[in-house]
Amino acid sequence: MRKFIQLFTVAIIAFSASILSADIKPAVIYDMGGKFDKSFNESVYNGAQRFTKETGIKVMEFEVTNEAQREQGMRKMAQRGANVIVCVGFAQADACDKVAKEFPNTKFSIIDVGWLDNANMRQYVFKEHEGSFLVGALAAMASKTGKVGFVGGMDIPLIRKFACGYVQGAKAVNSKVEVYQNMTGTTPAAWNDPAKGSELAKSQFDRGADVVYAAAGGTGAGVYQAAADSGKLAIGVDSNQNYMHPGTMLTSMLKRVDLATYETFMDVKSGNFTSGVKVLGLAEDGVGWAFDEYNKPLITDVMKSTINGLSDKVKSGSIKVHDYMSDNNCPS
Amino acid sequence: MPESFQLIISLLDSTIRIATPLIFCAMAGIFSERSGIIDIGLEGKMLLSAFVAATATFLTGSPILGLFAAILASCGASFIHGFACITNRGDQVISGLAINILASGLTITLGIALFSRGGQTPPLASEQRFMPIEFPFLDEMSYVPVLGDLFVEVISGHNILVYLSVLAVFFTYYVIFKTRFGLRLRAVGEKPEAVDTAGISVIKLRYQSILIAGMLCGLAGAYLSIAHGAGFGREMSAGKGYIALAAMIFGKWNPIPTLFACLLFGFLEALGVRLEGVELMWIGEVPVQVMQALPYVLTVVLLAGFIGKARAPGAIGVPYSKEG
Repeated sequence: MRKFIQLFTVAIIAFSASILSADIKPAVIYDMGGKFDKSFNESVYNGAQRFTKETGIKVMEFEVTNEAQREQGMRKMAQRGANVIVCVGFAQADACDKVAKEFPNTKFSIIDVGWLDNANMRQYVFKEHEGSFLVGALAAMASKTGKVGFVGGMDIPLIRKFACGYVQGAKAVNSKVEVYQNMTGTTPAAWNDPAKGSELAKSQFDRGADVVYAAAGGTGAGVYQAAADSGKLAIGVDSNQNYMHPGTMLTSMLKRVDLATYETFMDVKSGNFTSGVKVLGLAEDGVGWAFDEYNKPLITDVMKSTINGLSDKVKSGSIKVHDYMSDNNCPS
Repeated sequence: MPESFQLIISLLDSTIRIATPLIFCAMAGIFSERSGIIDIGLEGKMLLSAFVAATATFLTGSPILGLFAAILASCGASFIHGFACITNRGDQVISGLAINILASGLTITLGIALFSRGGQTPPLASEQRFMPIEFPFLDEMSYVPVLGDLFVEVISGHNILVYLSVLAVFFTYYVIFKTRFGLRLRAVGEKPEAVDTAGISVIKLRYQSILIAGMLCGLAGAYLSIAHGAGFGREMSAGKGYIALAAMIFGKWNPIPTLFACLLFGFLEALGVRLEGVELMWIGEVPVQVMQALPYVLTVVLLAGFIGKARAPGAIGVPYSKEG
């Protein structure tokens, strides 16, 4: 009899647990940068935090520390009953695609990827060129020499897209502006080479540039440091990095991956999850530029109004910023 | 100042900054390999000490302590290498590779555990780093044409470790070629049996030389994270240890030619940074990949055709045992 009661309780507990799990069980797979990278991943984390705060639902997390763990991590989450998994970054595309096919009843959402095709997957693509356009205009306005720089991480079309938007923005406010472009490398190591980043930035400063925009992951830290050391201006990327070197960080190009994370979880919770590709640009507040107490002294009223004017024109469509990835070409 | 001259000055300035860790590592390699121990682990030791330097400096606030911690950590790795391949006569290449893999994984894991920043350490403030030193008489010198500019822009304005690296070259040269210890060290790398018959401990000599190598690698790592950079980033050594190894072979295990090899490789990288995307006369735009591969290609080509055979120390890679 006692055994029976025990078994019964266990069954009840198991049953109630299964009722709970019928509700939403969200999960995030952070990529190599780590949850607190002060950039891309942390922005996703902030989105997940906002969801937890508003709904009280905990988000399961996994931080990968090498490439092989991506797929394992996703599969583990799906096996543990997660019903929506956010894959962070284009590097997770293959793993996410594979696991999504294995678990057709689990919903997936991936950031920075727009080329996969799964009925249970939503893909977020950002119009980085529009955000880069704005910070490019800001750079050209802040530059005293009429020369600005760009430091990219790994040489891939996505980073060319940042560079191309930046050049167009700079040219929009000063048609004679010179833009120096450097890519850190051609392998993934280019995302984590701050020493090279600092050398690239210094070489651009030597050629006369006085504002430099880095879209280079961890390499960017070297670029910002070089700017702070030489008293030049730098522009951050992905999340708001203005606080890193107050006084020499002109602004940051914001990419609202937090919004994508939050929206995914909310849509699954309310049953409005849709698959397909979602494109977030200036009009959707998916990208933008950072203005806070750290860079307030650097931004004049004229700059601010010009940027807001340009932003409105991009939103309304009267300025079309060319997307490098649409034809792998940047009009000069 | 004409623009081309300005460009050359900035190129030389950058060459010195890039070459510094290479010089330290290459000197470390010379010490180790001259005594008969292959040191593939330069890269790992540099990475490990870069991490330890940044962490210790962040925790204590003192770059001097950070530097000592880095040297200690790097010597620790050297000791492991020594224990595996001197005491236990293991394969030196494998042990060196193991150190590289260990450093690559350990720094990231510890970094995440300590700071939760995906393997990075928190950025260091200026007073927590070795900052550039301005030489005296800069103003007076800047009136002297050409030489004055060279002095102001290229010679002055580096951090202390850059000047130390030059000293390290002379130190290496002096110790290896002008002291009794150096003579024995070279002998142990050529014919350890001879040294042993003379009643000198091969084991002890080899340990001593790899510990000196460890110290020099520690300086290289500290340069990366608390002097040139301001914090550790994952895999921040980015292959510099291997370039240093190439420079050492290029310099035929001799400190002075090796110094020039390091400067040449530094110069190539500095040039590559400046040539990227620039149209050259006759050639057109040079792809970045070409510039990145150049140090390795040069080493192979020059060794094969121009500077003659690079002769490694005779007993390199061979563990010593009395029984033969």
